Amino acid sequence: MSTTEARATETGRAGFLAIELDGAGWNGGDFAGLAEAVLAAESAGFHAATFTDAPVPGRANALQRAAFAGPVTRSIALVPEVDTVYTEPFHVATQLASLDYVTTGRAGWIATATDSPEAAAAVGRSDVTGAALAQEAAASIEVSRRLWDSWEDDAVIRDVATGRYIDVDKLHYADFETPADFAGPGYSVKGPSIIPRPLQGQLPVLATASLLGEGQVSAEAVDAVLVSAPTTELLAAEIRDVRSRTGASVAVIAELDVVLHSRGQAAAERTAGSHSGRARYAGAAGGLTDLLESLLLEADGVRLHPASLALELDELSRLVLPELRRRGALRPPVQDGTFRDLLGLTRPVSRYSDSSAAVAAGN
Amino acid sequence: MTQHSSAKSEAFVPSGKIQFGVFFQGVNSGTIWKAAESGSQTDFESFRRIVQTAERGLFAAFFLGEGLRLREHLGRPHALDVVGRPDAQTMLAALASVTRNIGLVATQNTTYNDPADLAHRLASLDLISGGRAAWNIVTTDNAWTGANFRRGGYLDHADRYKHAEAFVQTAKRIWDSWETAEGPARRVRHEGQHYTVDVTPRLPRSAQYRPVLFQAGDSPEGRDFAARQADVIFSAHPKFEAAVEFRKDLVARSLAAGRGANAVQIMPASEFILAPTAEEAAAKKEWVRSLQIGPQQALAYLEQFWGLELSEYDPDGPLPEIDPVVEETSETRGSGFHGAKARQLADQWRAEAKDKGLSIRQFVTSKTARIDATFTGSYSAVADQLAEYARVGAVDGFNISPWLIPTGLDDIVNHLVPELQERGVYPTEYTGSTLRENLGLETPVRSAEAAEAVRAS
Repeated sequence: MSTTEARATETGRAGFLAIELDGAGWNGGDFAGLAEAVLAAESAGFHAATFTDAPVPGRANALQRAAFAGPVTRSIALVPEVDTVYTEPFHVATQLASLDYVTTGRAGWIATATDSPEAAAAVGRSDVTGAALAQEAAASIEVSRRLWDSWEDDAVIRDVATGRYIDVDKLHYADFETPADFAGPGYSVKGPSIIPRPLQGQLPVLATASLLGEGQVSAEAVDAVLVSAPTTELLAAEIRDVRSRTGASVAVIAELDVVLHSRGQAAAERTAGSHSGRARYAGAAGGLTDLLESLLLEADGVRLHPASLALELDELSRLVLPELRRRGALRPPVQDGTFRDLLGLTRPVSRYSDSSAAVAAGN
Repeated sequence: MTQHSSAKSEAFVPSGKIQFGVFFQGVNSGTIWKAAESGSQTDFESFRRIVQTAERGLFAAFFLGEGLRLREHLGRPHALDVVGRPDAQTMLAALASVTRNIGLVATQNTTYNDPADLAHRLASLDLISGGRAAWNIVTTDNAWTGANFRRGGYLDHADRYKHAEAFVQTAKRIWDSWETAEGPARRVRHEGQHYTVDVTPRLPRSAQYRPVLFQAGDSPEGRDFAARQADVIFSAHPKFEAAVEFRKDLVARSLAAGRGANAVQIMPASEFILAPTAEEAAAKKEWVRSLQIGPQQALAYLEQFWGLELSEYDPDGPLPEIDPVVEETSETRGSGFHGAKARQLADQWRAEAKDKGLSIRQFVTSKTARIDATFTGSYSAVADQLAEYARVGAVDGFNISPWLIPTGLDDIVNHLVPELQERGVYPTEYTGSTLRENLGLETPVRSAEAAEAVRAS
């Protein structure tokens, strides 16, 4: 998506902050907790909330949790993980497009590639491993992107005089086929989508840096890349490295685990045993503010993974975000803006809009 | 949760009440899009408005359909078709946050979904909504639809209910796999002809134990399937005599399946055209019909069967004299008319139209406008009519398709519901917080297999 020359200039150096809501909302069957958590994140000034779909007992489907959060929020982007390997690409595209409708243009997609024999067995498929995972991700992302474009923006015309509800010249077949070197069972998707074009045209697609590369997901297929490093010291270098590989058109989002001193308990006491592989900041709020300020000089945004949503969110909203705003490190939230607006992406024209291969022409 | 006697009653006992559901179609010609007051059929605000109006009217359930492939007409999507709808479960999860009591029913097919994935998503919706989710089970064997999915077309027509039943049983085992609300979950394995499942479920029981099951098949196999597996059948028989017949038939099938006479509820599809007086309602009906089936839609409807462009024919004239080119084996894609014997049908229709003196437009209106499913009249007359259904237990409720979005339920909620409440045949409050409670359904019994698995481990 090459729309981001404007991004760097418009947004200057101010960045955005995302927060992983993890299993928030699971407290014994009452989802009031989910609405509360996402509202707290929004009023704290977070720009985006993400929803993991890792197979943890008790955790409901991530995309549905994001959908639930849509109508109760106003400005925060809502970004679920959705697997590309053991799901139906047509359903995934439709579900994400629908999410864009129920969030009025605040939806995004963290495209994941589930590497798990259990996930394969659940749907009766052979286990997908290694390089084949990124191939599945690339194929599913391409299906979604084509289906989202398969209705041009003005396809629904509702022309009373002629009785035409749609302009069939503005609906297009996706005609996706997996490439010849596809490792798993190949498939095809005909299209068009069953839902009109998403409000954003294309939802921003995010993926981890590990899925990107030659023969994997191409940088052009994603709008933002999630970058991890084992320590905070290594993170800035990793961001620069990924940026040099993906180019300026892809936003870079740094991943950071956060444990703060909270309610009289030192961060160090609260970190025992946990190990995500991501860089972790453990300590006082002031130190985190400085770290985030420096990371936002390198990255377009940072996603925080709080050790405890309730505890960290409280500290973050009281101490960290206000100070970052005061220092001019945070972009002001865009009221009624889209997730694309946040990322500095313009609204793309459908890839089919100039095409002569309209369905109606039968080409 | 309301506890019902677990004894299986042999005799059907009318509840004396009816309930309403609303089916937000969003597609097809039943929804008028040409009127000044017609709203968007995809914007979230339209869905919010309808579901909140329904909840104000104490409706039991809000239904959404499913789209798997855009319908085609003469080999391409059709300009006259009203198409474009959101994914049912995504929309319902969003609506869960702006409603408190109404049931949220997702139509989902068993052919192009995986049991473990669909069961997980439905269980998620059930938890997110606090026990208000339901699954309207549909099947398809349409290979043309399969072109959008990894498997492609794979299912024989004859196998579709067998496949669907194995799917539903597997889903129930997945939902039953938690011993208590806290867990632990038991592994569920299924080896079937078309798929295998080996999964340790991630979600506990919801407040209503598991999603309520609706089913809409009407063939003998479809009815038996519902009698064995479903909680509610979404029937096609709203007319009084037909409804009474259908009830008898379903009670017999439920008993034969080893379930109680009241085990499966019936909610036929329906449409309401209401006004203060009978005369105003009749005039309104004419207006509704003229907007549902315009001249172009009438010709397009015939084109589906003729397989030809018929635009040169006068919609207010007689049916075309030329014969259809559609062969027995061809399909009108996605419309469910595959294999129609087109020539025979055309002869029959020409004779019928001539006999009744109907123009193309009048004839198509008579074929498509849910004539049987429409209640037209004054608020009080229709309320009297429905009270009779409640008294004899012809149905448990009606699943209403509004002909206008988003205001199409206003008349029903503002005027019909109070009339029904005065007659004592409609709820005056939500009796519980779950859909199962509000429908008065029994708590499901854990499937034998799941119970055994729990004991064994």
